Amino acid sequence: MRVSRRARLSLRGIALLYLLILLLLPVGAVFIRTFEHGFSTAWSWITTPAAVSAFWLSVVIALIAVPLNTIFGVGTALLLARSKVRGRKLLNSLIDLPFVVSPVIVGLALVLVYGQGGWFGSWLLKHGIMIIYAPAGMVIATVFVSLPFVVREVAPVLLEAGDEQEQAAATLGASSWQTFWRVTLPSIRWGVAYGVVLTTARALGEIGAVAVVSSNVAGSTLTLPLLVQQRASQIGAGQITGAYAAATELAVMSLIVLLAMTVLGPRRAR
Amino acid sequence: MSVIVLIPLAAVTVKAVSSGLGTFWSSVTNSFAVSTLEVTLGTSVLVAAISAVMGTLVAWVLVRDEFPGKRFINALIDLPFALPTIVAGLTLITLYGPNSPFGLHLAYAWAGVLVALLFVSLPFVVRSVQPVLIELDREVEEAAASLGASNLTTLRRIVLPSLRPAILSGTALAFARCMGEYGSVVLIAAKVKIASLVIFADIENGAPQAAASLSVVLLLIAVLVLFALRRWGDRGAR
Amino acid sequence: MRIDVHAVSKSFADFTALSSVTLQVPEGSLVALLGPSGSGKSTLLRIIAGLEEPDSGRVLMDGADVTAARPQDRGIGFVFQHYAAFAHMTVRENVAFGLRIRKRPKADVTARVNELLGLVGLTQWSGQHPHQLSGGQRQRMALARALAIEPRVLLLDEPFGALDASVRAELRAWLRRLHDEQGVTTVLVTHDQEEAMEVADTIAVMNGGRIEQVGSPREIYDKPASEFVMGFVGPVSRLDGKLVRPHDVTVSLIQSEDAIEAMVLRVVHLGFEVRVELELPGGEVARAQLTRGQTEELELARGDIVYVRSPLATEATQTPSAPSA
Repeated sequence: MRVSRRARLSLRGIALLYLLILLLLPVGAVFIRTFEHGFSTAWSWITTPAAVSAFWLSVVIALIAVPLNTIFGVGTALLLARSKVRGRKLLNSLIDLPFVVSPVIVGLALVLVYGQGGWFGSWLLKHGIMIIYAPAGMVIATVFVSLPFVVREVAPVLLEAGDEQEQAAATLGASSWQTFWRVTLPSIRWGVAYGVVLTTARALGEIGAVAVVSSNVAGSTLTLPLLVQQRASQIGAGQITGAYAAATELAVMSLIVLLAMTVLGPRRAR
Repeated sequence: MSVIVLIPLAAVTVKAVSSGLGTFWSSVTNSFAVSTLEVTLGTSVLVAAISAVMGTLVAWVLVRDEFPGKRFINALIDLPFALPTIVAGLTLITLYGPNSPFGLHLAYAWAGVLVALLFVSLPFVVRSVQPVLIELDREVEEAAASLGASNLTTLRRIVLPSLRPAILSGTALAFARCMGEYGSVVLIAAKVKIASLVIFADIENGAPQAAASLSVVLLLIAVLVLFALRRWGDRGAR
Repeated sequence: MRIDVHAVSKSFADFTALSSVTLQVPEGSLVALLGPSGSGKSTLLRIIAGLEEPDSGRVLMDGADVTAARPQDRGIGFVFQHYAAFAHMTVRENVAFGLRIRKRPKADVTARVNELLGLVGLTQWSGQHPHQLSGGQRQRMALARALAIEPRVLLLDEPFGALDASVRAELRAWLRRLHDEQGVTTVLVTHDQEEAMEVADTIAVMNGGRIEQVGSPREIYDKPASEFVMGFVGPVSRLDGKLVRPHDVTVSLIQSEDAIEAMVLRVVHLGFEVRVELELPGGEVARAQLTRGQTEELELARGDIVYVRSPLATEATQTPSAPSA
């Protein structure tokens, strides 16, 4: 279609205006508010003990959740794309579950199962294992909500590539593990990388599910997003600046993630 | 996977009906629950619809138009995916809340929720439509032109029907996201009855059965969305 | 409708697709634009259609300047190599498309669509979707769709290129019959010289963005205007610096004054015809085409020394003929 110049410019204008108002303005505003009272004030807000431990807690949880979901993701993708087990379609739909379920419901569900009075709760407590109101529960919650990303990135790549290369490897004498390591994995590496980036973003930013299972105690169960929420909800003179500072910290982390997405994105769609 | 996904969700269902079906029913049909669902559903549908239109428009501009900085803008679309929702919520009260630099004090918190949800749901439709738009066979549009169709006719009868599955599946995902959104609305919506906030409040206030009941309704809606996705999208091979 | 293309040029980035091309397409004729890939033939067709704009030059239809007109306003019918079928519509809806957007009355539309479906032999398939049809059927649907709006000129861009050889042959013959019946001015782009010779009244041979020769199939073959045309339109052999047709080469066991000595490399029996590959003194290979009888008479075998000449040579003339039909 050859679109008239006027139409093209109007469409472009509308799109850019929408994106400006929706995306750029808000983020810009946070940066401004953060440094409103000077850089050192902002810096001091993110170097308080609570803030530092919140940062590390978020990172640690991500460091556990992401590899777990990567392994699960690649395995499930292989299952979906390569094997002929029955119930594949069901599995395919179930994978999307974390996408469509509210994170708060996820938190509730975990409390009902692993918490006091829950299905496994009493057994766990008897053995001194704290899941709910403890970091362990937060890890499980994070794993749940960031589950689908790697699968959804890798499965199409596997389907697209087909298994001819793997068949060729088999005829040349490669064992299953060798085939996987030398043939399959290299072919999906960009898909895996992109999926890992998405999973990391989700894991770092998770709040809904984690808010339910957390006890909000700084130092042990307060993640960075929860810290932002806590500070923003408190009515204190500088508290809101503290919230902005922590939010900027998160925003910077997510901009790095965004950069990785932009770089890796085109490579996976070959 | 069952340990993490299925068992907990089953537990929610069980809890919802643990005090008997009667209690379950009254939990979801009392006026508070009903209005919560109304508000949440209504807002989500509205946001999904707006996102569908604007998302398709943005996708069109990104695929068919050329201008300096397009690659940057294209990367920006993923911002709501990458940014933690609580940050989004914070930015929104910055701009539209009491201390707004533009004096844009949103009199109605609900409008704030609307904007938050629009932010969060933006990438779904755009990223769903873009690849399909790129793959679109230009010759089909040329054929329509050669047969006398104006641009508008070609758009309406040829292009949009081809994009329909992508638009629908992107919108379905956006809708599901809106229904369950928590982080970006928790700071704004003190007075607005958003389901996720109500459920959270119920949990905090020691009313797990009420929370579970409302959750079951949301889960049912989520399952419906999953069915819709199965029918409309290529979820296995994007 | 008569089409006049006047000094049209077109470049893409640093590639010149057309270089001041002039061509006339008479009313009711079937003209083939023949040439290799990159010769500019598709570009020329698309400029006639209005799907591309020329950098310079004019396009006239029945004397009116349409260079700036949109495709929608030129009264054309266009058929694409890969069908460009509307995948989400049935065959019937595809064919009806042009009429429906012109808001013709329903009854008229139905009648015309039925007429065309009968013409192209797709009546039983009217309720199917394009993906349920074979390539040949899809192309016939595309033709019906283009004809439905009663175009003043039919433009076909390598319409049979994506089809199997047997389907191609069938559709070629069918297209010619259709043209004879309907009489719509038609321009066909192809790289297949056999197709052009079989179907067209007039062939315009193109190369490197220029028209090398315009003429009837017979003229192009018997009196090629350049070595390129001669080589493109039929097989050639080079004897003594001149291009000749293999079937004009005489092979003899007797030496004579104007004959060149050659050694038989290979004798290939292709049914009735026999192709003899010969090595010439300079080391080049030439081909002669003989009948079976002639070959038997000469008892040709590998390694024989023979004497070849081209007394009735169809030589490439040095003067290019004027590019008009």
